[in-house]
Amino acid sequence: MAKTLMAEPPKSKPRLPNDAIAWITAAPPLARFIFRGSPEAEAAAGSAYGLAFPKALNRAASIGERGKPGARVALRIGPDELLLIVPIAEGKAVQTALETATAAHPHSLVDISDRHTGFALEGPHAADLINAGCPLDLDERAFPVGMVTRTLLHKAEIVLWRMGPTLFRVEVWRSFAPYVEALLEEAAHDFL
Amino acid sequence: MLLIHCPYCDSNRPETEFRNAGAAHILRPSDPATTSDAEWAEFLYLRENPKGTIAERWRHVHGCGRFFNAIRDTVSDDFAVTYRAGEPRPGTTP
Amino acid sequence: MSMLRTPSGGRIDRTRALRFTFDGRLMQGHQGDTLASALIANGVHLMGRSFKYHRPRGPISAGAEEPNALVTVTRSGRSTPNLRATQIELYEGLAALSQNRWPALDFDIGAINGLISPFLGAGFYYKTFMGPKALGSNWAWTKIYEPVIRAAAGLGRAPEGPDLDRYANRFAHCDVLVIGGGDAGLTAALEASADGKASVILCDEQAEFGGWLLNSDGAWLGETLATLASRPNVRMLRRTQAFGYFAQNFVALQERLTDHLADLPEGTPRERLWQVRAGEVILATGAIERPLAFPDNDRPGIMLAGAAETYATRYGVRPGTRAAIFTACDSAYGAALALKAAGVEIAAIVDIRLKPDPALAAQALEAGIAVHSGTVITGTTGGKRVSHITIGKLQPDASVRGADQLACDFVAMSGGWVPSVHLFSQSRGKLRWDETLNAYVPNITAPGQKQRSVGACAGAFSAEMRGAFNGATPVPGDPAKVKAFVDFQNDVTARDIRLATREGMHSVEHVKRFTTTGMATDQGKTSNMNALGIVSEALGKSLPEVGLTTFRQPYTPVTFGLFAGQARGDLFDPVRKTPIHNWAVAQGAAFEDVGQWKRAHYFPQKGEDIHAATNRECRLVRGTVGIFDASTLGKIELVGPDAAEFLERVYVNNWKNLGVGRCRYGILLNEAGFVIDDGVIARLAPDRFHITTTTGGAARVFAMFEDYLQTEWPDLKVWQTSITEQYAVIAVQGPKARAVLAPLVEGINLASEAFPHMAIREGRICGVETRLFRVSFSGELGFEVNVPASQGRAVWEAIHAEAIKQGGGAYGTEAMHVLRAEKGFIIVGQETDGTMTPDDVGLGWAIGKAKTDFIGKRGLMRPDLMAAGRKQLVGLQTLDPKVVPEEGAQITAEANPAPGTAALGHVTSSYWSETCGRSIALAVIANGRARVGEVLHIPMPGGAIAVTVVAPVFYDPKGERLNG
Ligand SMILES: [Zn+2]
Repeated sequence: MAKTLMAEPPKSKPRLPNDAIAWITAAPPLARFIFRGSPEAEAAAGSAYGLAFPKALNRAASIGERGKPGARVALRIGPDELLLIVPIAEGKAVQTALETATAAHPHSLVDISDRHTGFALEGPHAADLINAGCPLDLDERAFPVGMVTRTLLHKAEIVLWRMGPTLFRVEVWRSFAPYVEALLEEAAHDFL
Repeated sequence: MLLIHCPYCDSNRPETEFRNAGAAHILRPSDPATTSDAEWAEFLYLRENPKGTIAERWRHVHGCGRFFNAIRDTVSDDFAVTYRAGEPRPGTTP
Repeated sequence: MSMLRTPSGGRIDRTRALRFTFDGRLMQGHQGDTLASALIANGVHLMGRSFKYHRPRGPISAGAEEPNALVTVTRSGRSTPNLRATQIELYEGLAALSQNRWPALDFDIGAINGLISPFLGAGFYYKTFMGPKALGSNWAWTKIYEPVIRAAAGLGRAPEGPDLDRYANRFAHCDVLVIGGGDAGLTAALEASADGKASVILCDEQAEFGGWLLNSDGAWLGETLATLASRPNVRMLRRTQAFGYFAQNFVALQERLTDHLADLPEGTPRERLWQVRAGEVILATGAIERPLAFPDNDRPGIMLAGAAETYATRYGVRPGTRAAIFTACDSAYGAALALKAAGVEIAAIVDIRLKPDPALAAQALEAGIAVHSGTVITGTTGGKRVSHITIGKLQPDASVRGADQLACDFVAMSGGWVPSVHLFSQSRGKLRWDETLNAYVPNITAPGQKQRSVGACAGAFSAEMRGAFNGATPVPGDPAKVKAFVDFQNDVTARDIRLATREGMHSVEHVKRFTTTGMATDQGKTSNMNALGIVSEALGKSLPEVGLTTFRQPYTPVTFGLFAGQARGDLFDPVRKTPIHNWAVAQGAAFEDVGQWKRAHYFPQKGEDIHAATNRECRLVRGTVGIFDASTLGKIELVGPDAAEFLERVYVNNWKNLGVGRCRYGILLNEAGFVIDDGVIARLAPDRFHITTTTGGAARVFAMFEDYLQTEWPDLKVWQTSITEQYAVIAVQGPKARAVLAPLVEGINLASEAFPHMAIREGRICGVETRLFRVSFSGELGFEVNVPASQGRAVWEAIHAEAIKQGGGAYGTEAMHVLRAEKGFIIVGQETDGTMTPDDVGLGWAIGKAKTDFIGKRGLMRPDLMAAGRKQLVGLQTLDPKVVPEEGAQITAEANPAPGTAALGHVTSSYWSETCGRSIALAVIANGRARVGEVLHIPMPGGAIAVTVVAPVFYDPKGERLNG
């Protein structure tokens, strides 16, 4: 996928050409689920998922590369709430596998593939760009690689996951995505 | 902008991530039908409004999503302590 | 080069001349000048007129505390008023305008205010406008004062156009924030960053770090700045004013990025707001010199001694050729020597102290400067610039005698130094009166504010800062007859303050408000101590007993743009659009805002207004088929073995008996018993429900459910997930609805027997997985197609194509509202207002009567909620069918009720019904259902509208059309 500062159309928008700030890469279509349930259900689901769910709140677990076969992401965004992300083609199979594995344990597995859009924000100023609208301390001591949390970017709720020192992934409800991307684009002017 | 300690996230987070949810330790009567009108009115509407220490509920709505309790000073806005829902008010015996 | 420039030295670049204009007059300065220093170099001290009396004024300072020299700077379509000339960095082409003068700075008609000044004294806002009683209470105000004051008073003009600039915001965290880059601040930053680990932010409001060090040529400053710049853990912010200090060490900084540049860089923000959370804050904000309040101390050319020294040494400009020094502080002796060294003739040092330091006096004499101890300035003369002073000797009985006149073209004064404790006070720290310094110093740090003050702001004064005087200096004769200014910006004199205390203002807070001292844009940075001194003397109380007014944010005025930041225009608030939005745009739909959502209001065809379009859209639905974007509806997926139990507890209805594949209209109350939301709930599986909520209630209902699940019933095994944005929802309504869907749907039998009203089926539409509801909010045969949002537009277009084939089309929210009103379906928030029970709005039938509890059940049993005479939902028909009453209009029994008559109720919904060929309205009216058939009235300005009360169903009362 082409690296542009801001993802996705409309193409008529002026681009900020400076890759030294940060660039956005739109996520490919992905299957997403919210899993909520008891610890037993989580354990059973984790084995079927092929990736143990992170135990600690606000921590991520992942294997594989985004969108590629076999990629699995599990983000613990609430004490009993996990955001699971897999390649779109594997969504149905994963859903069936999880339901089968957890049949004996009360739980909730809900398909929210289209509730979100996602993008990666990467570059030397990625954290600064987010801090234009997000009051969290994004120093690596306070927000290390592997941390994920729901938070606010200006007036929009986002899920913010740090995948690397200068690499973040953002998940946002789809109707808020244009607002979030426009804000980041606007904030990028501060780094020209 | 205040920082509020979420007892679930176990970290200080900006106040904009939170919503106040009213007074804490107000129990919904287990059998409302047996309460008198006066008792029900008390449950619905009558709240302490102290100058000083207050126990109230907050929700980390734009974070982990959990409701929790806090002891806050209504004059200084200082949060003395926050604790999980269901836990007794600190300094009281359950 | 100007005659007033020193031959060498200072921080200006003498090789770089810059042209600028002041009130259109072309002048020249140098790179490194401020507007004030450049104007002074051009012999200009008159930079503004005072607020109230329009007295000519020049700068008294060389920094942020400046009360007088406020100007407007214009550039490329921009205009920024009320900037301090002492802080404006000069650039090539700078254009500045003086303020508060008409027609010109040199000849200002408003100066006549000075002649009527007896009327504008302390408390004039409260007293003068009363006027002679005989002429009526308002006469003086409307006829004289308001027109005069409005025309003459004020600061600069607010710009009229939108702000052309961009403003950035940055949240930042650091271990140590050092505020102030002078000697003390730089030292603190060096120490704090020495370990290479602690993150340090150092900020200073000036263009260069160094503070007072910039007045001399020390090597330490350069070395220190180089060391700090080499440390990666240090962030150095110049031109950055810390203007607000809030709880938990949260500090707001205003960084000026482009105002000093001759050419504005394209796209770059003008300013950046830093919202800093610091582990520790080190305040190194220095001290501010206080003026002396002597008669006519406000003429241009009279300035603070430290400022005069700064102009001479840092900016290489002599404030004049011959200075008089008036002081209560040792530091003015140093200033005198520095001015002398810069080539200024010193007329004399006038020291109010009886016994100035003998060594200093000797030093001055050695330099050929006369020192008059125990002496005060008793008056000044000069038009637009001071030309002479008179001095008098203090007598043992505290009187003043003698009237020697000295010629001078500027006066350097010093009442001593005041620690700059503004930010410390903003942080809620407690001050302590220091008798030695004759000033307040930081004492107790507020809880949670890990901070310390260092250097002069902590009261750690160097030896030469010794000596201070508060209050008005003694004068010969009646002190009420002289104008000794205390607050220059608000034109408050010593006499005004004494008058206030005589009139009963004994609290410093009252004096402040009565006289407005300290209430100007400079917040009294140079006036507070003298004002307190005068109050203290007038009341015979010690100064700490008088108390201190509160310092508030912002320390210096801040642009609105900085606060708005990125939240402007389209980015002010999120604008939420449905997956079908862009299709509606392409069709020319008109939109309405529903919360943050944009919803298609109607789809006008050629020449149609809202009424014509809505009428046509209603005919489509009633006649053939209409399709409607209902994607904004709140949606929750509720899953778990206790899902039905949970619904049973929160909604009024029965849920355990709802079969899989069936839907029910649910009503949600609060504990008080009032309707707060409604929506259709479908059972997808024994343990899985698809809940819909109102558009506006989605987040609220989700939070309420989460609350009960987390805190009241944590034992229930059920979890909810928001699916509002997972699905696009397309309502297909009308007799041809089935015909529209039939060619598109796979795996679902649409026949009425197989798929009855209030049922749900899962299958495919256009190859996409769908949850297909058979529901109706129009009263017609209806379906609601739920498909994943990413497929919403494609499925919509396919359905629309089929609808067109059937003679139908799209409809918007306006038609939706009319159609549901024709059926008497309520909208929560329109027919309800938070005080309506299910029975009030005709929905009592929905309540599960056998249920022992649900949220609101006990509330409904309260006497007031069961009492007779409650307002009930009814229909209204106007006697004249063409009249459409206004929503919200009050309803009365009489056409012309006596004033004070309580209304029986009000109109909640009102439309032209194309279907009925007349107007229809819904209303809530006391005892309404018993009033069916009665004629009531809606009193309006143009006459009352007579209405008949009817049942709230205007169309198909038996509901037969639902079957299609
Ligand atoms: Zn939390």
